Amino acid sequence: MPPRLLLAGFLGLLLIAPLAVSEFHVTLLNYIGLYALVALGLVLLTGVGGLTSFGQAAFVGLGAYTSAYLSTAQSLPGWLAPLGGSPWIGLVVGLVVTALVAFVLGLLTLRLSGHYLPLGTIAWGISLYFLFGNLEFLGGHTGMSGIPALSLFGLELKDGRKFYYVIWAVVLGAVWLTQNLLDSREGRAIRALKGGVVMAEAMGVDTARSKVVIFLIAALFACISGWLYAHLQRFVNPTPFGLGIGIEYLFMAVVGGAAHVWGALIGAGVITILKQWLQDWLPKLLGASGNFEVIVFGVMMIFVLQRARDGLWPILTRFIPQREAKREVPDGEALPKKPVPESGQVLLEAKNVFKRFGGLVANNNMSLTVKAGEVMALIGPNGAGKSTMFNCVSGVDSASEGEVLFRGSAVTGLNSRQIAKLGMSRTFQHVRLLPTMTVLENVAIGGHLRGSKGVLPALLHLDRAEEARLLAEAARQVERVGLKDSMFEPAGSLALGQQRTMEIARALCADPCLLLLDEPAAGLRYLEKQSLAELLRKLRGEGMGILLVEHDMDFVMGLADRVVVMEFGEKIAEGMPEEVQRDPAVMEAYLGGVD
Amino acid sequence: MDLQIALLLGQDGITNGAIYALLSLALVLVFAVTRVIFIPQGEFVAFGALTLASFQAGKTPGTLWLLIGAGVLVALVDISLALRSGMARKIPRIVGWNLVYPAAAAAVVFLLKPNELPLLAQVVLVLALVVPLGPMLYRLAFQPLAEASVLVLLIVSVAVHLALVGLGLLFFGAEGSRTPAFSDASFDWGVMTVTGQTLWVVGASLLLIVVLAVFFERTIYGKALRATAMNRTGARLMGISTVMAGKLSFLLAALIGAFSGVLIAPITTVYYDTGFLIGLKGFVGAIVGGLASYPIAAAGAILVGLLESFSSFWASAFKEVIVFTLIIPVLVWRSLTTHHVEEDE
Repeated sequence: MPPRLLLAGFLGLLLIAPLAVSEFHVTLLNYIGLYALVALGLVLLTGVGGLTSFGQAAFVGLGAYTSAYLSTAQSLPGWLAPLGGSPWIGLVVGLVVTALVAFVLGLLTLRLSGHYLPLGTIAWGISLYFLFGNLEFLGGHTGMSGIPALSLFGLELKDGRKFYYVIWAVVLGAVWLTQNLLDSREGRAIRALKGGVVMAEAMGVDTARSKVVIFLIAALFACISGWLYAHLQRFVNPTPFGLGIGIEYLFMAVVGGAAHVWGALIGAGVITILKQWLQDWLPKLLGASGNFEVIVFGVMMIFVLQRARDGLWPILTRFIPQREAKREVPDGEALPKKPVPESGQVLLEAKNVFKRFGGLVANNNMSLTVKAGEVMALIGPNGAGKSTMFNCVSGVDSASEGEVLFRGSAVTGLNSRQIAKLGMSRTFQHVRLLPTMTVLENVAIGGHLRGSKGVLPALLHLDRAEEARLLAEAARQVERVGLKDSMFEPAGSLALGQQRTMEIARALCADPCLLLLDEPAAGLRYLEKQSLAELLRKLRGEGMGILLVEHDMDFVMGLADRVVVMEFGEKIAEGMPEEVQRDPAVMEAYLGGVD
Repeated sequence: MDLQIALLLGQDGITNGAIYALLSLALVLVFAVTRVIFIPQGEFVAFGALTLASFQAGKTPGTLWLLIGAGVLVALVDISLALRSGMARKIPRIVGWNLVYPAAAAAVVFLLKPNELPLLAQVVLVLALVVPLGPMLYRLAFQPLAEASVLVLLIVSVAVHLALVGLGLLFFGAEGSRTPAFSDASFDWGVMTVTGQTLWVVGASLLLIVVLAVFFERTIYGKALRATAMNRTGARLMGISTVMAGKLSFLLAALIGAFSGVLIAPITTVYYDTGFLIGLKGFVGAIVGGLASYPIAAAGAILVGLLESFSSFWASAFKEVIVFTLIIPVLVWRSLTTHHVEEDE
């Protein structure tokens, strides 16, 4: 059965379900929908973005409590009075409050590295829970009742069957928005967060901003879920917003398949039904009352992570024939190009650069220049400090001392993102790519700065024209470096040499005037090296400046216009390739001294 | 607030802080050696306290069943693995540790009447039941994932915590217990009255810290753990088994946890789920130390204890809110002071 039909069947079932099943099952489906919405946020945050949060239940609580408070309080303080009474105003205020809280928490905790973030989420998850339970005006631990039902177009949604359609319309809407977002310029930036931060920054992506964006979206999904919950239950107390439930949300995402949008629905369904079932049976089985289902959940989670870390969705899709991935080469109008600097103009000038790592001086008084329309090669034995020099120039690292000028203005102290914006683009010695994304998508990340459509247009699919132009540009660069046949393959499946070549395409996609290539020929076969040299000559002819670090002497000497030789962090020679080759210091560095 | 109350609160804070300090040391140790953020640390505290309470009430503690169950599981996993890899000679050792030892422990518990034993013997029995759960847990939950990312290990850790809390409820029930104080003595020093229990807790914590320090500085196993913490691959190349290091660090964590439970049992009523919040407070201390420095972690934990006792005086309803909100400025400070380019997988 083709996937489209399967989706249609699923939607059809969703549509008729409330007419066919009992009240109890409608309630269950309603809860699955509410949980799926939160889990969907976690798919974006954890599965795709690699940021783990145990604290989503607190955001659900913010949505629920804000609306509950505004729509029930008898005597709101004067300044809040105009906001009282309507659940819809409650929704808007809830979203604003959640966005504000999430933004502040995001600013505070998202800059934390790795495991500190989830620990932070545990802490504020507990804090907010105790806050809900201890604030008098929110009803303390007993909670608030008498919350009005939603009404939509004059129809009061008092009964679960009617509410069902609201919940599932919201869930499917959220699925649509999330899928749109992931399939866009911003989406590629988000997908780069997991394992590609350094690379994405060097391509001009503001990864800190992307983190805040997904954190906000996940929080807002949770807030909407809370709002729906409050007006479905028409009663709130702190219990469903505690850390335990926050952990359960994360389990849903992981069990379902944290990297897949539909995994959220599967996970929410499995955990909710299982919980219901276990809560019925376990106490009878064990002869005691209590939340024993956590034992099963805990063990199940350990098992899933040990045996099927990608969750249930990838296992399910093995049984569904996949839609043939789009294989047509994208076509679109060319993107505007920056004016090319005049040939011979100095692009990059590094003056007396020092880089120290503790007592080790990796770069000692290094100077070099690169002009437009020339290939400048930086060579030297292993450990000479070439890659360090590269990182200092491109802003991945900052020089301890000295000055780097790019097109006449100082770039010392700028980060790699700001430098990328000025028209410098680079590849990495140790390939940095996103192995599960296609070659085309990887290359399109290079074009990030040439697009401008942000998160909102991406969510609503209003970015299609620009997206087509970006992908078409990426496709042109992929063809240009000779990887046309692998355009739709996952980048991780390429041979190492091809991965390096792909990095060049990615760098070119940024429309740079200066290209920094760190060992581009390593791992290439003879013919591939020749075509790479051909490509670089052509780029030079078009006026691009190229700074090249390379070990392959034949490759360098046949291509470079000028060569700088480094040893032990210092420049030992500079000049035309033939001059350098005759230089006694260079011969000594490479071949050892003749006593 | 007058001086007397301040001194009383300070004493309370330091007593709890000493226990948080012990826990924070265990957390730093486990994280450094295995990269596991050991959320279930608190469950060992609860198990220690509740096991002691069961002994004193003349009941069979639930941890005995837990120990037997975990032993059977480990034995099943390890024996099937040994058979598949043709290492049948390992089987006696596996059976010894995971089946015979729990059976022997059961025999001791049933034959001796633990409620008639002196306190010290009871404590030894508690440790004998609870501590082996640490390495068994490592074997079952973490060893198969030893090379996974910190985040995956953290999620597993949370899952283990949930399972243990559920098992705690199953084996100990929903009721809390409190054991009698180790000593009823109290000493008047000027305006300050120091209870014997406080001295016990602080003294025992200090003693354990000294013992741990000697272990890490002087013994070959302590040095092996430190080597693994510094560089896993390097340690393995030097012939240190990372599995052994993992199990040993979990054993120490379980020991510290159960011992803290014994210390805290007379101070506060312990329920099956009390351990979590206690463990998390140890965490705040551990995070102050960046999950790397033992003395700073211990100092941070004492600070948490003091903050908790003083905020329970001024705003008791918001005690937990205050303690756990403290973690956020600490985290921010940590993230500002550690510089590294992040590239997690």
